[in-house]
Amino acid sequence: MSGAQSTMQTPNSRREARLIQFKIGLRRVVRNPSTLVGGLLVLTLLVMALIAPLIATHDPMAQILTDRLQPPSSAHWLGTDQLGRDIYSRLVYGAQPTLLIVILVIAFSAPFGLIIGMVAGYMGGWVETLLMRLTDIFMAFPRLILALALVSVLKPGLTNAVIAIAITAWPSYARLARAETLALRHADFVEAARGLGQSGRKIVMGQILPLCLSSAAIRATLDMAGIILTAAGLGFLGLGAQPPMAEWGAMIGTGRDHVFDAWWVAAAPGVAILLVSLGFNLLGDGLRDVLDPKHHD
Amino acid sequence: MKGSVSGFWIFLRGVATLLVTLAGLLFATFIIGRVMPIDPVIAVVGDKASAETYAQAREEMGLDRPLWVQFGRYIEGVARGDLGQSSSSGQPVVEDIARAFPATLELSVFAIIIGICVGLPLGVYAAHRRNTWFDHTARVLSLFGYSTPVFWLGLIALLIFYAQLGWTGGPGRIGTAYRYTVQEWSGLMLVDTLRSGDWYAFRSAFSHIILPALLLGYFSLAYIARMTRNFMIEELNKEYVTMARIKGASETRVLWRHAFPNALVPVVTVIALSFGHLLEGAVLTETVFAWPGLGLYITKSLFSADMPAVLGGTLVVGICFVLLNKLTDVIYPLLDPRTRNR
Repeated sequence: MSGAQSTMQTPNSRREARLIQFKIGLRRVVRNPSTLVGGLLVLTLLVMALIAPLIATHDPMAQILTDRLQPPSSAHWLGTDQLGRDIYSRLVYGAQPTLLIVILVIAFSAPFGLIIGMVAGYMGGWVETLLMRLTDIFMAFPRLILALALVSVLKPGLTNAVIAIAITAWPSYARLARAETLALRHADFVEAARGLGQSGRKIVMGQILPLCLSSAAIRATLDMAGIILTAAGLGFLGLGAQPPMAEWGAMIGTGRDHVFDAWWVAAAPGVAILLVSLGFNLLGDGLRDVLDPKHHD
Repeated sequence: MKGSVSGFWIFLRGVATLLVTLAGLLFATFIIGRVMPIDPVIAVVGDKASAETYAQAREEMGLDRPLWVQFGRYIEGVARGDLGQSSSSGQPVVEDIARAFPATLELSVFAIIIGICVGLPLGVYAAHRRNTWFDHTARVLSLFGYSTPVFWLGLIALLIFYAQLGWTGGPGRIGTAYRYTVQEWSGLMLVDTLRSGDWYAFRSAFSHIILPALLLGYFSLAYIARMTRNFMIEELNKEYVTMARIKGASETRVLWRHAFPNALVPVVTVIALSFGHLLEGAVLTETVFAWPGLGLYITKSLFSADMPAVLGGTLVVGICFVLLNKLTDVIYPLLDPRTRNR
């Protein structure tokens, strides 16, 4: 860190200092091969989801029954499925539900977990015991099984898959936020804020939250890989996104019946899931190396 | 004297936490069971029943009581080993689960053995040869392990090793020829076939279990290797390791005699956790391999809307999960002399 900074000019203003910091960070991110490869894979997913209509060669729902289970060819780059739908186009459109699930789950679970953890860590006493016991209980549930039970009760579908996964995803953020808050609770700047008469809510949101964010962001990135796999698993079992929506897990589920004579139906979406979750894992690993000083090699 | 008193308190606290967590688990399955859209009374009496029959059945099932009374009865039932009646098999859920559980256990134990035997050395040597090609290969192997959808890899493995190459058995636990000849004793197919002395049956059972076990084993080894590497690096950076080297201990001795026992404590937690994940991963793997275990039981019951079966299965997996976690707390002091003396 000091080596990178010494080559930089001394900042003349706060804005300039921030800019320099940002540049240093960016350079570290780009120089780290994990972050770079992971970032590119995730970026591909994003772009694919956004411009799916432009790069798809066929309508992902259009069935041509005479063309069913065709192997990959120039007309159908990745072949067709059992209803004669173009697999490449379905794969491209499949990026949308995948991205949507990941974003929604994180948007629900991370803030909730962070608040629970910060409140527990800051308040201490019986509030902490109660909240962390609750966290432990939810942590004790195997994620996929709870999601299965919930989805079965709530009816299968994308929304309920999101709810089920979010319910099992928040505890890890609560634990992380609590640990960070405990370490910060008696830090000088927190005592100073308290001395200035700031309310507990203001201290938690203004002083503690910003310091929890970077580790939460790393956690979230690594979590996204797991979320994608769980969502795909639910889709595979027929409990996630419902047909005819093009969702990768569900595509493998339908490809399963034909795997011995038309392997490409199940193979392609599996590779897509693998690459995307690999991307999030690499990005999260790399970000941890870059952002977390404890993990510097 | 003082030590034993505090030890007793720690034990008591441990038991209390365990009970609270289990109660939470029960409450969660109870609530999931309550919010289900299917009316359990109609499931019993049918939708053409008269209002009186309906009310009577409702009363008999205790559904007119306040929620907390119902919850109390539910706990009481579970404590007696009553998880309700499966609506698809007509059997008590406990009996169904008792039949399915050994299959899952056999698969997960086989898998965790693979995970430990390969994952531990892999992690230790990756830490030792940090940033060499060996470490990078181990890292990529691990990364793929926890990025690959297990059900997909299972399908592809079946396609290649069963359908194309014919090296392994297909779906199920044993070839159809032996399905009814093996005398059931432990419920573990490998053990039962060995015990009956039928070599061909054992071979058939082995060829069926090897693929799903390798697959699940790969996923747990990925996790175990990665975490072992991290813990070992931490240990290898400590001064006692340098000291051991100065004293002229061989690298093997430094690694396995000095550093590894200290890294072992957190690694045991990781192993217990990944064993819990195996039980979970079994749901998808069992579906792909038609392995008649707990996972397949839960998913099958799901599709026949057999809620008692689904919730019973969920509860059993949850309890295993909690107990495994607790078990590591108990093993901790046995492994680490530092925590024992505290």
